[in-house]
Order: sequence, then structure tokens, then C-alpha cells
Amino acid sequence: MKGIGKGRGSLLLVLLLGLACLTAQADDLIMVRSAQDFPETMLALQEAIKAEGYQIARVQRVDIGLTRRGFKTDKYRVVFFGRNEEISRLIRQQPELAPYLPLKISIFAEGSETLVVTMNPLILAELYPDSPARPVFRRWAQDVQRILRRIRVAQ
Amino acid sequence: MRVVQYSLSLLLMIWLVLPAWAAEPDGRTLYEENCAACHGLRGFGGVGVPLALEGFQRVVTDEYLRKTIRLGRPGRVMPAFTRLSDDEVHAIIAYVRSWNNIPSPVYSDTPVRGDAAHGKQLFARHCAACHGPEGIGGKGTGVTFSRPREAPLIAPALNNAGFLAAASDAILRQTLLNGRRGTPMPSARELGLSDQDINDVVAYLRTLGKGTPELTDWETEPTYLVVETDIPIEQAVENVKRAVLGVNFRLIRIQYLNQGLVPAGKENRQQVIVYFCNFDFLYEALAIDPRVGIYLPCRITLVREGGVTRIMAVNPKRISRIFNNRELIRACGEMKEIYEQILDEASL
Ligand code: HEC
Ligand code: HEC
Repeated sequence: MKGIGKGRGSLLLVLLLGLACLTAQADDLIMVRSAQDFPETMLALQEAIKAEGYQIARVQRVDIGLTRRGFKTDKYRVVFFGRNEEISRLIRQQPELAPYLPLKISIFAEGSETLVVTMNPLILAELYPDSPARPVFRRWAQDVQRILRRIRVAQ
Repeated sequence: MRVVQYSLSLLLMIWLVLPAWAAEPDGRTLYEENCAACHGLRGFGGVGVPLALEGFQRVVTDEYLRKTIRLGRPGRVMPAFTRLSDDEVHAIIAYVRSWNNIPSPVYSDTPVRGDAAHGKQLFARHCAACHGPEGIGGKGTGVTFSRPREAPLIAPALNNAGFLAAASDAILRQTLLNGRRGTPMPSARELGLSDQDINDVVAYLRTLGKGTPELTDWETEPTYLVVETDIPIEQAVENVKRAVLGVNFRLIRIQYLNQGLVPAGKENRQQVIVYFCNFDFLYEALAIDPRVGIYLPCRITLVREGGVTRIMAVNPKRISRIFNNRELIRACGEMKEIYEQILDEASL
């Protein structure tokens, strides 16, 4: 058995880069780790959402009984947010968008740190390639990036 | 006079240095934005393996780090960073290197020769317990410390196309020779392997990865699941509730879609979300990958527009792609079936 030759190695790399474009892109999910604990990060998250001009619709607990099931944390929430006019207009234009709305960010504790995760709204442009709302998806993506950046620098 | 001269040269220095400085991507910020969520703020691990260990940094080259960042580990959570610029990738590597100040090692690029068939036997005996049969990787990649797992560190998949493309024969060899101090990964000496044995295992590792299934079954999946009916929305909501209970899920909450975004009483009553759950399912999903919580609890969205009631859900199989986690595929497939069953029932 011969080890892989250099030529074949770089060919493989080219093929793989092609493959990588098809599989997950790094920023399909936007994530941030906060060195602050859950309550403080939750506060920072809600403030960041409001600071970017969005309204928080609801904070949903997803963690009832998590510790009973062997999880070390019971701090897991999903924060739903959006702007009513925008969401209403989009759903009127294209009702099929509704299952992905309103926007949401999940937040959960990991020890004394906290992780904040959300889908990049740009994915919506990929999921709905013909959508007239593409410019809105792009703006949401920038806003969500900024929200998570605010949490990162809040520490 | 002196003072003026000093200040002038100081200004000149700032003027010369500042633009270069500003243009240089900030490795620490880039690392914190792109990597820290998984590998920890200072590289001590979390969802991803630790990157700050000396034993790791001594063995891997900058080229290995570069390819790992670019290619990711398909199906094993570590994403492919294709949108970062070369300079940005460079800056991240420099930042990771700054933790220990260990320079990139230099290896000869002569390929390792060995007997893959013998390597295969050695692998089954010494490695498969941690790295899985044929190097598919330890179970539970992508989980966090927030739940118990079999080992504090999950053995990476060695049959992974991203890994095999990033690691040269020399890196593989050196990794086996040294092991990874501070992790469960043992050295060849601890395992009683000779030099020739190591070469044989490397030759075997090179044969892996040919048969790994691609994460492509999402490509043909629809973006969302939908049934259309002409029944009024109140009736459709009742149907959904009944269908949810019929598949042994519990109703959690029924609300108007824009509830909370408008003053109470002003909601659009033609747009409703039904939240529901089955706790076993929820825990199973969160245990595989806590990030899927964005799509929990399960929900069905109903919208009446232009005389048509649409009963809709996201398609979990389509969405599963963004998590890059092969272990989620089964759960997402199951969830899709449950959604379809509910939609079918509800539209009757
Ligand atoms: C979503 C989580 C996640 C993110 C974000 C992430 N990684 Fe990873 N990374 C992982 C996981 C998980 C593995 C191990 C894969 C396995 O178990 O097969 C890994 C493996 C690696 C490895 C190989 C380690 C080794 O022992 O050889 C390197 C290097 C690496 N990641 C660097 C990075 C860098 C640099 C970034 C940011 C640009 C990054 N990762 C972002 C999860 C992540
Ligand atoms: C006791 C469990 C265990 C055994 C046995 C073991 N490994 Fe590992 N191995 C690990 C862990 C855990 C890591 C990740 C270490 C780290 O994060 O730096 C690892 C890392 C590696 C890596 C680097 C992978 C990467 O992504 O960087 C290679 C290559 C490897 N092991 C090969 C082997 C081979 C070949 C054998 C058998 C000769 C073996 N291992 C035996 C647990 C084990």
C-alpha cells in the first residue's frame, strides 16, 4: 500500500472544496459563546434584540424536566422576535414563509458559560429562491449578526 | 525643538503602522466569532475538541489547520469555513498558535508505506473501541458539557473526508507516535505498536472514507411541508389538535402567529401556531445536538389567505443540513414523518 501522492492529494482537496460548498456552510448557523452566565446573557440578548429595533414576542422554555433526564442544566430557552409589519407583509405576499416565522434565537447554559445559537436568516433566501423578500432576509441576516456581536462584546 | 522632533517621528510611526494594523484581520475576534462557540473561548474544547493542547499544536502544521478550517468535517459538526478570506483564516491560525507559541512543525512529504491489511487488524484491536468501526468516530460529537456523555472528549471520525484531506501521512504518523497528552488518545508505545505497525495503521487509515455516506439526502427535500384545504381556520386548528394527540404528542400552546408583536386583542386571527411536544423526542433530539432547540418545541403553522387554509411545518430533513451532524439524520427523518402524518390527518 502506497501513501497518497501529492498530485492526488491536491486533486482530492479541489474535489473536497467542491463538496464543502454543497454541505454545511460555516455561517448557516450563527453561534456565540458568552463567558457570562445564563441570566446575564439572557438579559444581554433581549437588550440586543430591542436595540436592533425588533420586538420580543415571547420567551419559550424548552427545558422542563431536562435535569431529570440527566442534563446538567435546565436553562434552555427560545426567544421569538420580529417586527409585526414586516412579518405580516411577508406572509401576505408569500404564506409559505410562515413556518419559519417569527425569527428565533435559542440560548442555553453550558456550565458557567452560555451558548446562543440561531439560523442565519440568509438560509431563507436559499430555501425560498424566488421569494420577493430576499432583500429582507439579507437585512435580517445583518441584524442578527449584530445582535450576536453585541452579546459577544457585552462580556 | 527636541519635543517637536519626537512628536513628529511618533506621528510618522503611527501613520506608518496604523493602516497596516487596521487592515490586518483580528485573529482573536475572528476566532471568538467563528470557533469559540464550539472549541471554547481559549481553545479548551466544548462541543469541539480542544485546540490549545501542546501535544496537539506540536504535531499539526499550519497547513493542516488551514485545510481543516476550509473543509470542515462533513457530517461531524465542524463546519467548512468557505466564506472567510485567506487572510482571515491566516489570522485565526496565528491566534490559535499564540496560545502556546509553538511554531508549525516541518515534515518530509515522503508518503508512508505500510501494509494496510495488517493495519486494519491493528486498528480493530487498538483503535476501534474509541474511534468506532472503520474510524466512523465516537458517538456524540456535537454535544455540549451540559449533558453527560460517554467520554469527556469524543474521539474524532478518522474516515472523514475533511480529516483525511487535511492530515498528511507524516501528521498521522506523528499523532500515533505521540498520542495526545491530556486526552484519552494513547501513544503507540502505550499500545505496544512498533514503527512498522504505525506505518501499517497509517496505510490503513488512507484506505478509509471511500464508503462514507454523503449528507446529500436533503437536496431533494422540499423547503416546507404543506397541505391546503378550504375549511375555516378555527376548524383546521381543531383538526391539528386532534391529530397531534393522535400521534401521542402533547399540546403545549396555541397562539396567533403575531401574538406578542402586537397589542393583545389586535392579533391576526387567520394565522395560528400550534406548539406541541413529546418529551422523549425532545430530549433525544437535544441530547444529540442541543442546537436543534431552535426548531423546538414542534410546531404547525396555519395561515388562511385568499380563501385557502394552509397547514404547514418546516421540513426537518431539509433543515438538518445546517447542523452538519450525521447523527441527527434519523431523528429529523422521524420528525418529518410525524409532521406529515399530522398534516394528512388535519386536512381530512
Ligand atoms: C459547530 C461547532 C464547531 C465550530 C463552530 C468549529 N468547530 Fe472545529 N471541530 C468541531 C468538532 C465537533 C470537531 C471534531 C470532529 C469529530 O469529532 O470528528 C472539530 C475539529 C476541529 C479541528 C481538528 C482538531 C484535531 O484534533 O485535529 C480543528 C483544527 C478545528 N476543529 C478548528 C476549528 C477552527 C479554527 C474553527 C473556527 C474557524 C472551528 N474549528 C469551528 C466543532 C466545531
Ligand atoms: C481511549 C480512546 C482512544 C484510543 C484507544 C485511540 N484514540 Fe485516537 N483519539 C482519541 C481522542 C479522544 C482523540 C482526540 C484528541 C484531541 O482532541 O486532541 C483522538 C485523536 C486521534 C487522531 C487525531 C484526529 C484528529 O481529528 O485530529 C488520530 C489520527 C487518532 N486518534 C488515531 C488513532 C489510532 C490509529 C488509534 C489506534 C492505534 C487510536 N487513535 C486509539 C481517543 C482514542
